[in-house]
Amino acid sequence: MALKRVNAVVVGGGAGGGIVAKELAVAGLSVVLLERGKWYTPFDDRKDDLRNQRTCVLGNSFGPDEERNPRVFVDSRGQEHISRSNDGTYSNNAACVGGGTLSYGAMAWRFLEKDFRMRSTYGTVDGSTLDDWPISYADLEPFYEKAEWEVGVSGDDSNNVFRAPRKRALPMPPLPPNHEYQLLKPAALRLGLHPFDLPMLRNSVPYNGRAACMRCRWCVGFACEVDAKNGTQNTVIPTALKSGNCELRLECIAKEISTDSHGNATGVAYFDRNGRLQEQPADVVVVSCSAVESARLLLNSKSRLFPNGLGNRHDWVGRNLQGHAYTGAAGLFDHDTYDDLGPGASIAICDYNHGTRGFIGGGLLANEFIRLPYQFAGLRIPGVPRWGVAHKEFMRQFYRRSVYVMGPMQEMPVFEARVEVDSRVKDHWGIPVARLSGHRHENDVIGAKFLAAKAEAWLKEAGAIRTVAFDWVSRDSLSGGQHQAGTCRMGNDPRTSVVDRSCRIHDADNVYVVDGSVHVTNGGFNPVLTIMAIAYYVSDNLVKSWKGTHGHS
Amino acid sequence: MKSGSKLDRRAFLQAAIAAAAAAGLGCSRNGTPWRFFTLEEARTLAAICDQMIPPDHDPGAAWAGVVNYIDRQLCGPLRRLRQTYRAGIAAVDETSRRLHATPFADLTSPLQIEFLRQMEAGQVPAGIWKQNSSPEFFGLVVDHTMQGFYGDPRHGGNRDGVSWKMLGLPYPPIRGRLRYDLTKL
Repeated sequence: MALKRVNAVVVGGGAGGGIVAKELAVAGLSVVLLERGKWYTPFDDRKDDLRNQRTCVLGNSFGPDEERNPRVFVDSRGQEHISRSNDGTYSNNAACVGGGTLSYGAMAWRFLEKDFRMRSTYGTVDGSTLDDWPISYADLEPFYEKAEWEVGVSGDDSNNVFRAPRKRALPMPPLPPNHEYQLLKPAALRLGLHPFDLPMLRNSVPYNGRAACMRCRWCVGFACEVDAKNGTQNTVIPTALKSGNCELRLECIAKEISTDSHGNATGVAYFDRNGRLQEQPADVVVVSCSAVESARLLLNSKSRLFPNGLGNRHDWVGRNLQGHAYTGAAGLFDHDTYDDLGPGASIAICDYNHGTRGFIGGGLLANEFIRLPYQFAGLRIPGVPRWGVAHKEFMRQFYRRSVYVMGPMQEMPVFEARVEVDSRVKDHWGIPVARLSGHRHENDVIGAKFLAAKAEAWLKEAGAIRTVAFDWVSRDSLSGGQHQAGTCRMGNDPRTSVVDRSCRIHDADNVYVVDGSVHVTNGGFNPVLTIMAIAYYVSDNLVKSWKGTHGHS
Repeated sequence: MKSGSKLDRRAFLQAAIAAAAAAGLGCSRNGTPWRFFTLEEARTLAAICDQMIPPDHDPGAAWAGVVNYIDRQLCGPLRRLRQTYRAGIAAVDETSRRLHATPFADLTSPLQIEFLRQMEAGQVPAGIWKQNSSPEFFGLVVDHTMQGFYGDPRHGGNRDGVSWKMLGLPYPPIRGRLRYDLTKL
């Protein structure tokens, strides 16, 4: 039975979908926002260090459910594994209102101008589908600003000499420096680097009616207890609902996008919270499920016109799955560095994002969020056993005397790194699950090694008596994860991309993809602010064209 | 307490097991204080865990309730690892009996450490370790011991926040709302 037709159905209430739903609803379009997860309040999160969205050895706190949502992971030897949402191979983000933005670390980066012109900057790269974006930093600049002011960013990048031009400063000042900041800043300056207060989607002062951060240790992986971390769940989605034009439906599992005989979408078929199959008719469908699930939904939307899935005429849907080659180093000190002042991450450099000889791209470096004891127990230092009295002594001696500097190495997109739908394994609702396979590009490994060495050098200059560079990035490992991107590439040529420069699928007039999937490349930065900026940019175009064609309706 | 003396150590271990198990009373099954383990399995596992995080001037894994933690998770989120534990602990004791004619928990502390090093390196007699290799099972127990000792007390380990106090973290943990001054809104 079909439900009442609306102007737009948005699938996924995360960073991208939350913003599109709000922008369309406020502009007067009727919107249904389908979210597969629940809506958590700040008090629902029990600050559990073994069960949260980053350390999920006992499960994750914000979904998806471990039993009902398997994926298939194909390892580097071609062996298939059933992956659960708290396995490292799953590439989980979250399944809840706000998506990853409820529990993220909330770094709020603008990409640099070169990040949109990677092929023009570095040329073609063997083994990679590296390309330029069809849009530029300048196209997104006003929408970065809108995200910074509407969702709320604190920080101060005026000392970042590498930053792309901005018209307006950030709306909130940075949080006062923590101890790590005070060690790392003068060290960076002595090394000739350009440190600055990193931008965060976190209130440093009361903002938009919500509190300022009170600097507890439960930040990345957790929901903010005083609602000082800004995601779509406490900003744009409530605004969308207040407009009266948006209905949010929770625990709804999208099955497929329905299309007519002309190839245009007619709506979305989904299972509601009671497991009943529903059909939501809409004039426009917006897919915002993040890179793995957006690709899965398109691939599962098969029809006579689209036998291989919607938007997949040229076999690009699900290709180029990327994230970041996360790397860095740990430094041990002979004095306390721990001050219990969250979120921990506070200072960054962009000296190594571009222009290093020997590899392409690079990434930012910043100190890490507070490390809870069980996480620190997993640190491997050569010569220190992983158990026994020596390990206990190491924990006692260095838990409060350690600093990590970490960074996301920009990855080279690889065509074979991909999301497919599995032909046999189905989820709880009988829908074919995502199947992940592929490998990284060699450049990721080289760049990650370089960044880790630079992190080590920075820590040494800050006084570390011992350092260890992380070297876990290997060509055989598949990327994705919380920074997942790339699977529905934006481009002008329908033969080598999935969506056009307005994020509309080349094959259908009324289906948009708005999340990290459309990223041609993923920058050397946490991607969320770029996803938000794209969502504002797409909405702006969509509303304008809507008003052009539906002006009198 | 020093970890060298065999008798002291065994008496201490037994007290630790009883204390840890007491926390789990009310969930008992089959006449033991444990949900999943037999008394003998729990004794062996406590001895293993107590070598991974031994008692010194701070309590060790057994006192902190790590066996209780693992027992609880095997009836919860780690249910799928039940058979791995059953077979793994049996393999530890069978190996110990073959090499030393005694169960693992009754070995001297230096012998236990030596045993665990060999287990970690996979240097064990052939034919005993079937379901998982000895390094696999060892890695699993190390990880779960760290979780039970350094993780949140709500899961049945880290009794009284003992590891957090040891590391110099405020306990009970300071949470955001306790630090927040509502007058500054």
